[in-house]
Amino acid sequence: MSAPATLPPAEVPPVEVSRPTARQRATARRTAATIRRRRLVNGFMVGLLVLAAVLATLPLVLILFHLLRSGASSVTLAFFTQLPKPVGESGGGMANAILGTLILVSLGCLFGLPIGIGAGLFLVERNGTRLATTVRFLADVLNGLPSIVLAIFAWNLLVRSVGHFSALAGGVALGAMMVPMVTRTTEEMVRLVPPALREAALALGYSRARTSLTIVLRTAMAGIVTGALVAIARVAGETAPLLFTAFGNQFASTALDRPIAALPLQIYTYAVSPYDEWHAQAWAGALVLIVLVLAISVTARTVTRNKFDARGGE
Amino acid sequence: MSAHAARAVTLRDASGADDPLPPVRLSVARLTAAFHGRPAVRDVSLALRDRRVTAVIGPSGCGKSTFLRCLNRMHETVAGATVEGRITLDGEDIYGAQVDATSVRKRIGMVFQRPTPFPTLSIRDNVAAGLKVVRDGGASRGGADQIVERAMRRAAIWDELKDRLAASPMGLSGGQQQRLCIARALATEPQVLLLDEPTASLDPVSTLKVEELVHELRRQMAVIIVTHNMQQAARVSDETAFFLQGEMIELTPTRQLFTAPTDPRTESYITGRFG
Repeated sequence: MSAPATLPPAEVPPVEVSRPTARQRATARRTAATIRRRRLVNGFMVGLLVLAAVLATLPLVLILFHLLRSGASSVTLAFFTQLPKPVGESGGGMANAILGTLILVSLGCLFGLPIGIGAGLFLVERNGTRLATTVRFLADVLNGLPSIVLAIFAWNLLVRSVGHFSALAGGVALGAMMVPMVTRTTEEMVRLVPPALREAALALGYSRARTSLTIVLRTAMAGIVTGALVAIARVAGETAPLLFTAFGNQFASTALDRPIAALPLQIYTYAVSPYDEWHAQAWAGALVLIVLVLAISVTARTVTRNKFDARGGE
Repeated sequence: MSAHAARAVTLRDASGADDPLPPVRLSVARLTAAFHGRPAVRDVSLALRDRRVTAVIGPSGCGKSTFLRCLNRMHETVAGATVEGRITLDGEDIYGAQVDATSVRKRIGMVFQRPTPFPTLSIRDNVAAGLKVVRDGGASRGGADQIVERAMRRAAIWDELKDRLAASPMGLSGGQQQRLCIARALATEPQVLLLDEPTASLDPVSTLKVEELVHELRRQMAVIIVTHNMQQAARVSDETAFFLQGEMIELTPTRQLFTAPTDPRTESYITGRFG
């Protein structure tokens, strides 16, 4: 390479500094006024948004605060390990209800998650078919159905036919509540998986089923887990579907074909009772229920977390 | 029929290749592919030889990608897609009644326009992804590791990524991701590699690397590359097919196509008069 030819020094045009004309000064004033006005409007709107955000979270904060104040003192070791004591005796706990809720929610997941995830996959795989459209519509209807109606369904199916209440019936009622929620979130999350990934798997010789069940589902897993957790959190606190399915039980039962206790049921019973002792226990039960749901969420997220912490298909 | 057969036979090896004319790997006869009855590829016949690179060029919507996707039966995965005609791989009809589409795709690898690493798998597992369906449970972990290393070396990413095998592929550059996808396609030892505009989303340096890779792969398999970039076709291919409105206008040795095309439409296209 030859030496670069030296360039002539760049000519910098002289900058003329002159006093602003009257017109320029007027423009500057208007600009300053505009900026002031915009700042004011901006501040006002941000203030409104902050207020809305605070109001939206206020109930949650108040509930948590109130629960802690009223219930925390009753949350003792005995609360987790002992059965309810008869009226008049002090102490006792809700071991039966905690166990029962865990069993009922597990049963709900057992029925609700496979059906919900399967139906969600179906809605994407067979998108546009008449059956898919119908299923999607029915899932939405089911989602809006009052939970007490689902309880009637489970009661008719599993209580009336057998002749007695059972944990199984309660689990089915909770599962039926979870199905539409899980179906729709699965559908949304699977839809977010880029079609190119599906194609790439097919081009490697994956069968269609294997592509859906491994590559697609795995890519959408983080979102599906979130949806499942929301569903679990919702049904864990449901009372209505359990009223005449699981029914409640004063003893720690694990038999699936017998009535079983549940935290929401126990809280309800205790809260409407006339005894102060029971009221305190109801507050404690509510606190434990919230913490339980939180614990389930954290555990499920930790277990299913993508090792790369990838968010969805991004 | 005879006219098409004749066209397929007139392919001549003018690439100045070092070895005698290799055997025909893929043979396409009167292929017509359509979406909802509207043909995207019309009556295409040609023969693709082993250890040769064939470029497919043409304006957007000319059917070149559809043509490519017929070769590994990916076309039929789209709703409303139909295929007529006959495609044979080493003499076997890949659309035969007894032939499973997945078995065809295991033997004919494909790389797409945009890199498609599986985001939930590690770099290593991405390369090994195809092995799971090719040899069911047969390969030991050590054997798979060897195959992964070999595939990544062939795709020229081993040295860059050998210390990051357990990491996510999503942190890689676009060029690295694309070469990872090529490694993934190579791991199953396909006999044919289909590249659908593999460098369209890459920067010039990555493009160059992929092109060098294609040149290396040419020693071992048949490579068919769809490209929008005529310079690329001229650089990497032995033969070039020109597609226009679903039809194959000509398939000629690349040098000849770009210097003395047989068909006036080809000449118009390569001189930039349309498309």
